[in-house]
Amino acid sequence: MTTETLQTLHMTDHLDLLESHAIFILREVVAECERPVLLFSGGKDSAVLLHLAAKAFAPQQLPFPVMHIDTGQNFPEVLDYRDRAVEATGARLVVAKVQDSIDQGKVIDPGPMGSRNRLQTVTLLDAITENGFDAAFGGARRDEDKARAKERILSFRDAFGQWDPRQQRPELWQLYQGKVNPGEHLRAFPLSDWTELDIWQYIEREQMDLPTIYFAHERDVLLRDNMWLAVGPFVEARSGEKIERLSVRFRTVGDANCTGAVLSEARTLSQIIDEVSVANVSERGATRADDRFSETAMEDRKREGYF
Amino acid sequence: MKLAHKDLLRLATVGSVDDGKSTLIGRLLVDTRQLFDDQLDAVVAASEKRGVGDLDLSFVTDGLRAEREQGITIDVAYRYASTPSRKFIIADCPGHVQYTRNMATGASTADLALVVLNVAHGLKEQSRRHLCIAALLGVRSIVVAVNKMDEVNWSESAYQGVVDELDTLANELGFESVISIPVSALLGDNVVDPSPNTPWFDGPTVLHALESSEAGSWSGAHGGARLPIQWVLRQPGGGRTYAGMLNGASLQVGDSVTLLPANIETTITAISSGSGARDVASTGLSIDVALDAETDAGRGDLIATAPLPKVTKEFAATICWFGEAPLRVGQRLRLKHTSKVTPVRVHALSGVVDIATLAIDANTMLQTNEIGLATLQSADALVLDDYRDNRVSGSFVLIDEVTNATVAAGMVGRAAFL
Ligand SMILES: Nc1nc2c(ncn2[C@@H]2O[C@H](COP(=O)(O)OP(=O)(O)OP(=O)(O)O)[C@@H](O)[C@H]2O)c(=O)[nH]1
Ligand SMILES: [Mg+2]
Repeated sequence: MTTETLQTLHMTDHLDLLESHAIFILREVVAECERPVLLFSGGKDSAVLLHLAAKAFAPQQLPFPVMHIDTGQNFPEVLDYRDRAVEATGARLVVAKVQDSIDQGKVIDPGPMGSRNRLQTVTLLDAITENGFDAAFGGARRDEDKARAKERILSFRDAFGQWDPRQQRPELWQLYQGKVNPGEHLRAFPLSDWTELDIWQYIEREQMDLPTIYFAHERDVLLRDNMWLAVGPFVEARSGEKIERLSVRFRTVGDANCTGAVLSEARTLSQIIDEVSVANVSERGATRADDRFSETAMEDRKREGYF
Repeated sequence: MKLAHKDLLRLATVGSVDDGKSTLIGRLLVDTRQLFDDQLDAVVAASEKRGVGDLDLSFVTDGLRAEREQGITIDVAYRYASTPSRKFIIADCPGHVQYTRNMATGASTADLALVVLNVAHGLKEQSRRHLCIAALLGVRSIVVAVNKMDEVNWSESAYQGVVDELDTLANELGFESVISIPVSALLGDNVVDPSPNTPWFDGPTVLHALESSEAGSWSGAHGGARLPIQWVLRQPGGGRTYAGMLNGASLQVGDSVTLLPANIETTITAISSGSGARDVASTGLSIDVALDAETDAGRGDLIATAPLPKVTKEFAATICWFGEAPLRVGQRLRLKHTSKVTPVRVHALSGVVDIATLAIDANTMLQTNEIGLATLQSADALVLDDYRDNRVSGSFVLIDEVTNATVAAGMVGRAAFL
């Protein structure tokens, strides 16, 4: 082997291939669809997705807006990050609020402490219809959940926004075909083949900015259903629950009242990568109350049109 | 010299319904400790709830409600695993004939097929169909798990009977590497650990076979570089670059290339990828390139180095048909090939593959899940390689013009065994 080919092989490691595949999907969907949008939660996966989208179309601006479905139960650090990250790309930010769906009487207010997680689906589908979006990029990964493991990279949604796992379009090779009829739309998942570890390694390689709550910090937490919840406006101690100040970080970012923290001292990316490499509990299992609801919680939400 | 990173093997399970594909993948993942504690707990809880024993290993990948209720795989599950020597992307495919389209989805990106056969049944028609599709899709290596050995009392002759039948077919289909192993996915024999029940067998375990298989992707082994243009990027100052994913062979700044179908010869003057400008790009990278000539190149065009693909509006292809109604001569469809979409018409159907004999029967219709040979005519010129020379520029899908459903997988040309 010549030095040159060796060098080329070295340069194309698995992160390059994952990056390339994601960029390929982003470009393909933008070319085939009329009005795409990128769903951005401010979590690490959507951060990577936005970063890749900026690369896919550089030096031009993003050819689509970025949309946040705001439950009103966010961590403030994540909202700060959202504004910072979207502004850096120059993209237009659309914020669709669950509070508006509540005010319009489309969904019932679960109260200040209740979870709005499931209500987001209504807000999301309405926002897709109102804006006429025919494709929505999401940062979901197949290693997250057994229903996601079954989903196509380009996933078809009918006129009601539903996913039908029995009737998925065949998806051969890398021939992603994104044609839909009016009223239907696609979800596109460029990070399908990435694992949690890949995401962290990529964030480290690209020296990306992230919400501060991903890194270990001291915080008041309480233990509920075997999960460490951050005490704050959406989580208050119930009788018998003890508030403790501990060093924690978050592995995923969702609503403040259904996302658990993990006990951790990892304050840098390389310390996080070390932790993730030896973790023995899955990301969602450790930290997401919304998935613990039933055996097929994710599938049921996805069928209704959830992310 | 050993490279710093682990290589990646993409594998798909194939074989007939209930022969044990999902159980085998579950067994592999559990015995190599790839499952998180909470995932394993969830499988145990689901098994109890459905009254299928302490641990139904097929639930590791059969994650849909309907799959667990019916005890059958409906669609492909993708799992990611890693051992000290290799990374794996595993596509656990359904065996049922009704879901052949999903099996083809899983196998279309695989380097290796993990074939699972029930030792008591041997090669059923559906096993033959899957092997045939895997071969057509370009899978060159197979690892064959002859499963449920516990049900035949670990009989060497039962195993050997299945292996003989399999070897004959594998030989006809032209697989380059075939490794057969007697296993019990249920009990774990010869999956990760060698079995005490098969003293007459001295081959590898399934895990060892997967870890040591020589199975890189074969795409582009015989051809030039191919860069299908996906998107045109405007550069500050007025220039343009052409973006796409490179395959076939690497490309360097200074390379002479031909823009097709316009047939314009030009030179690559710059290359960049996600990590910035570079002199050389290897296959699999998403890049954008600048060209020397002023052209009106756009999406659907292709940049190539010699040997060049052919430019044509009529071509012969092998079709796996997934539509509900039969495919007929004269039918109009939409075709997607690389980044190009064009209307096509079925000009001729020259035969249907008889799965039992691999003979070609004359026929003018293709039924659901049949494989046939067709000649297609396209509205726009296509830039094609034979599928066996290039998996990207030799493949296409057919799309129903009304429902937009993907109804066929197509491969340019004809496999040697047909
Ligand atoms: N005795 C015995 N039973 C097995 C073995 N492997 C699988 N089974 C049983 O065979 C049945 C089918 O297994 P699955 O793993 O679901 O089969 P599959 O090939 O994935 O089926 P489809 O995905 O639906 O095509 C289940 O009841 C398994 O428990 C084995 O090695 N021995
Ligand atoms: Mg199965």
